[in-house]
Amino acid sequence: MSAAATALHWHGGQANTYERRAATREAPWVKGLILAVALSFFAIFLFLPLVAVFVEALRKGLDTYWAALVEPDALSAIKLTLITAAIALPLNLVFGVAAAWAIAKFEFRGKQLLTTLIDLPFSVSPVIAGLIYVLLFGAQGWLGPWLQAHDIRIVFAVPGIVLATVFVTFPFVARELIPLMQAQGREEEEAAVVLGANGWQTFWYVTLPNIKWGLLYGVILCNARAMGEFGAVSVVSGHIRGETNTMPLHVEILYNEYNFAAAFAVASILALLALVTLVIKTWVEWKAGQARASNEE
Amino acid sequence: MGTRQFNVLPGFNLALGYTLAYLSLVVLIPLGAVFLKSATLSLEEFWAVVSAPRVVATYKISFGLSLLAATINACFGLLLAWALVRYSFPGKKIVDALVDLPFALPTAVAGIALTALYAGNGWLGQYLEPLGIKVAFSPLGILVALIFIGLPFVVRTVQPILEDLEVELEEAAASLGAHRWQIFRLVILPVLLPALLTGFALAFARAVGEYGSVIFIAGNLPFVSEITPLMIITKLEQYDYAGATAIAVVMLVLSFILLLVINLLQAWATPLQQNGRKS
Repeated sequence: MSAAATALHWHGGQANTYERRAATREAPWVKGLILAVALSFFAIFLFLPLVAVFVEALRKGLDTYWAALVEPDALSAIKLTLITAAIALPLNLVFGVAAAWAIAKFEFRGKQLLTTLIDLPFSVSPVIAGLIYVLLFGAQGWLGPWLQAHDIRIVFAVPGIVLATVFVTFPFVARELIPLMQAQGREEEEAAVVLGANGWQTFWYVTLPNIKWGLLYGVILCNARAMGEFGAVSVVSGHIRGETNTMPLHVEILYNEYNFAAAFAVASILALLALVTLVIKTWVEWKAGQARASNEE
Repeated sequence: MGTRQFNVLPGFNLALGYTLAYLSLVVLIPLGAVFLKSATLSLEEFWAVVSAPRVVATYKISFGLSLLAATINACFGLLLAWALVRYSFPGKKIVDALVDLPFALPTAVAGIALTALYAGNGWLGQYLEPLGIKVAFSPLGILVALIFIGLPFVVRTVQPILEDLEVELEEAAASLGAHRWQIFRLVILPVLLPALLTGFALAFARAVGEYGSVIFIAGNLPFVSEITPLMIITKLEQYDYAGATAIAVVMLVLSFILLLVINLLQAWATPLQQNGRKS
């Protein structure tokens, strides 16, 4: 699989094994130095920015914080973000399952190419992801005149935001499921079919229980990206306050107005979402690790 | 798609048909539009857009800093992966989970947080600026943002390979008299190298296209701290669609080349990894 940087993977606690054996152990000063450098790097580049979001958000007190979240523009941004994710997620979920079923359970020519093409949106800059829909549906685009004649707005309106979000979150579920279902093979499904199950029964009772953790994993990563996407959405949104602003775009507007406390207040909600995502992700990795361990026994 | 072997499982035509239709509608046709749109420019016009001095300056900034950020991430990401796999320390589970933060945290949030840290009056900026190091609103700020978003790619590609490494390999090397540094350099590093390069390439590819986290901290001065994706936005805001598309084509072609390189790296990595892997 190309670009598999976030595959479902449970990290076992093997550190003791390495630290116990003389052959795989470093001198204490080497270990101390590696730990100090690695953890300082972690603290400066990952941990401090996270802390900064919450500190800056609460700098002017809880009242200002709360006021920034309940003002109408913020609420409409939150609503649009939720709507966008609620549309993009099921679309890419169904696609991911269909693609994984075809690729993992069947042999056909061009499979490798198809797998690469599915990963394509990850290697395209988010700005270009927005640009392509402006070129198609914008006033100057191919379908622009036709859309205008029929009074349909896609770019600088909600449909454009949804489309751009679908594009950038396109591979998440598929790329999680393809390697997982390939590794599981098709013996269990074949057994079910031979015993008389129809296609949907096979899927619901045999495949789905096997892939549920991978599926959930792909969905939460897809959701985090869908709610947090900035570049692609920024290009197609038109930045109409209260109408086509998602939460990340609302953060940008507030920030550019030097309304830092409010910008960080909205940002802190997105940061909380990120933390919840990481907690669920870790939990899924743990459950999947357990499931695998009990299968191997 | 003619070589389907006999298979009792149903749903192949439906699943593949749906996959191809959805892929074409969402990804392939819109991406094709970029190339078609750029074809409305003559070759000279296209060249004039993509080789304008201000645009060339953005390539240098985007690709140069992405390369530098990916290199820094390769070094420190390896150290971090090593610490996570080989050592126990308090809070390790939390550190391990937070490594993925850049995947989960919206880029705009990362951008304003990093700016708050590194601005002249920020937590880190107030100590760095008296030393003459200006991070926010300078190319150095872009570098910091690109390090942030690229780090998990390196850690998460190296970590599983490091975990699967056979302890026996190192013990054999040690019993034959190899020094610990020799074991790392001659036994461990060759097995890790493909994964490390893959992580490097992934971090690089992500950094080149990155927009959200960079624009807040960059200052966006033409010829100094303007990145290529911002150039596309600037052209769009001037309603210069063809110009925006021409730059997008240059970026897309480079991304496709990178994707190819990443795929080749992984094809090269797989057999190597299986050599050093627990069965």
